[in-house]
Amino acid sequence: MDRRKFLSAGGFSLTAAFLAACGLDRSERSQKLLDLAEKKNEGVERTLYRHASMDHAKSSAKLAGMAYPSYFVSKTVPVWDERVRGPWALEVDGLVQRPTRFSLDDLRRLPMRRQRVNHYCVEGWNAIAIWEGVRLSDLARVVGVKPEAGYVDFQSFDDDYHESWDIESAMHPQTLIAYGMDDHMLGVAHGAPARVHSPVKLGYKNTKYLTKVVFLPRRNGGYWSDQGYEWYGGT
Amino acid sequence: MTGTTATATGPAPRVRLRHHWIVRVTHWVNAVALTLMVGSGLRIFNAYPAFARKGESFCCWPWEHKPIPDALTFGGWLGGARHWHFALMWVLVVNGLIYLAFIYLHGEWRDLVPRRGDARDALEMIKFYLFVRPSHPMQGKHNAMQKTTYFLLPILAIVQVLTGLAIWKPVQLAWITALFGGFVWARYWHFMTMVALIVLSFVHIFMVFAVDPYSIQSIVTGGYREDLSPEARNARPFYHLLPRWRDRAAEEE
Repeated sequence: MDRRKFLSAGGFSLTAAFLAACGLDRSERSQKLLDLAEKKNEGVERTLYRHASMDHAKSSAKLAGMAYPSYFVSKTVPVWDERVRGPWALEVDGLVQRPTRFSLDDLRRLPMRRQRVNHYCVEGWNAIAIWEGVRLSDLARVVGVKPEAGYVDFQSFDDDYHESWDIESAMHPQTLIAYGMDDHMLGVAHGAPARVHSPVKLGYKNTKYLTKVVFLPRRNGGYWSDQGYEWYGGT
Repeated sequence: MTGTTATATGPAPRVRLRHHWIVRVTHWVNAVALTLMVGSGLRIFNAYPAFARKGESFCCWPWEHKPIPDALTFGGWLGGARHWHFALMWVLVVNGLIYLAFIYLHGEWRDLVPRRGDARDALEMIKFYLFVRPSHPMQGKHNAMQKTTYFLLPILAIVQVLTGLAIWKPVQLAWITALFGGFVWARYWHFMTMVALIVLSFVHIFMVFAVDPYSIQSIVTGGYREDLSPEARNARPFYHLLPRWRDRAAEEE
């Protein structure tokens, strides 16, 4: 092959590769490969997972405070209106021996955990806050979770927002049903009256405006997971 | 394999096998996968084109909150880019391991490891490119500056894998995250290592076209014409576009 032929062939194959790459993100075959990779990655992530792995927010780092981002999916900020919906309570049911409704006071009577941890957003930022609440693993002991429960769905009154988790991450010692933030009552911007907070999952997995915790035999997708974000979303 | 044997009548073989097929395949897989990793990585970056932890400012990035132009990104949206990034990372890692295992077992690492005298050899190359030295130094398969680059690339790749793990699993692999100074810094080093990889890649591509375009053949078919090597042609960057300088260099010899 002479030089000119060779260069044009090289240039052509590079261009072809590039064009293929540009069309790639829309093609169905590549979507299948990506789905397979997500499944394999979840396997890797679940193998890596350890209850004993803890998040430690840097002691020199500042609390996010007012800069702590908040979002909701309803048109307006979801506020629990007692006059319309009655007193708020957290329903814990599904594969449990004693399905229970916990009022906020009931939750406060359970052992309180206070932790200064990171929040890892899928977008790439992190924010530190002090969270107060009940360990979900403590709550699980109260209701008696059955052994066949492999997943947990966290549901909300923010439209149909929910996210389901693997039970291992849900039982992590830093996974809280949080009702306090930065030594105040949890505010409406951050999921009042109670929300899930855990550094072991990306932010979108941490359902706010919590109403229901359901223990399930299989996964139940989620608001963002159903729109194409990874279901596992672990850190 | 083409052109590896001398004909019975010819004097010396003109086209010699320069790169084993494993090196050639891993090179091109790397070129495509790395491009897509950079594109999808930039798309992910654009979801939060800054480094500061919320409530803080960040010292060492002058373009906080300035996104990368969409045209340079790949994956379409944050979720899509993340899927691409987390799928292709395996391609790059496996490909890189095949390459490293091959050059270790096959001996090519000898052409790449730093040796005493490399600094002096690199200086000779710089002198040559600056017309201080008339003739191209004879430094073997790769000159000292190439060698350093090709040695640096796998090291940067390893740093890139580690910083990537640090921001993918900041809790489960917290010890790696801590190694890089925490999540914010690990994310910063993941970005800066990408910048270093891009810079070295562009220098590499520039030098291929400006000094040794015939080497493109050797990374595709494997064959390399020694009589067209930069040493044989006494080639400086763009030497073929600078006829007068070439003549003067030839005269000086």
